[in-house]
Amino acid sequence: MNLVDIIFYFFALITLVSAAITVYSRNIIYSAFSLLFTFFGVAGIYVLLNADFIAVAQILIYVGGILMLLVFGVMLTHKVINVEIKTGILNVVPGSIITAIIGGTLCGVFVVTDWFIVEGVPPIKSTTTEIGTMFMTKYLLPFEIASVVLLVALIGAAYIARRDKSKNQSA
Amino acid sequence: MLTDFGKVFIFFLIGGLFVAAGLIAAWVIRPKRWYPSKLSTYECGEIPVGDAIVKFNIRFYVIALIFLIFDVEVVFLFPWAVVFKNLGMFAFIEMLVFLSILFVGYAYVWVKGDLEWDKPAPQLPSINSKQLKISTPQTTPD
Repeated sequence: MNLVDIIFYFFALITLVSAAITVYSRNIIYSAFSLLFTFFGVAGIYVLLNADFIAVAQILIYVGGILMLLVFGVMLTHKVINVEIKTGILNVVPGSIITAIIGGTLCGVFVVTDWFIVEGVPPIKSTTTEIGTMFMTKYLLPFEIASVVLLVALIGAAYIARRDKSKNQSA
Repeated sequence: MLTDFGKVFIFFLIGGLFVAAGLIAAWVIRPKRWYPSKLSTYECGEIPVGDAIVKFNIRFYVIALIFLIFDVEVVFLFPWAVVFKNLGMFAFIEMLVFLSILFVGYAYVWVKGDLEWDKPAPQLPSINSKQLKISTPQTTPD
């Protein structure tokens, strides 16, 4: 077991433990904050897989953006003072059946697949350069379409989240 | 052999170690004489009132949603910024197109007033002249 393996198990441990806390915690704030460590551990695993751009994007979008949105959502929705924030365990039987099917499928694919392992390829220095070049040359149209998708998401999110002005004035 | 992310990992480890060492050293050295006002939450010298978990205003959420879109945009800018010097004018114009499409969305939320920090209308105290009773407005905490 070399150093990279030890670092991998370190990040895997962080991911699994914090994910377990996220699921089993009775307090939703603890869940939201332990999700931060889950995202962080996944980013570490991405780095170990030589996917440095995805790791940076993971930190930037999930930790910086989506988690903040989740924490805001938790802080905005519940009635705060003197109300216990609790999560319950529901639908045990259907839930375990579905997770067993998904987990079994993933394990089956992992065992059955004839993994194509390339030996002795020099590690890629930085994937960001490659991704940038591909964006600007071969995948130019998808890149521009991504901005349109973002535009649609922005307008849709703003439209849905907007406070109703007429309701606001009457209140 | 140490990759760039190896250095980041060492920073991460030393950072964690630094925090842990500071806390443990403080725990070992400090005198342990507790009393209620020392154990209370520090709130700039004031006596703490209420719960730490307060309800935030909904307008934070709208701003956060808009922020998230531009956060994703920054991730798309990142690989472009690495290579655009090699690719020249073409890549620059491509990114201008990309940004101008998203600028439409920015203009949309600006015009529609989603970036406005809309305050609740002020409720002025009204005086009932017959009873001479001053009713103060009910303020709700944001």
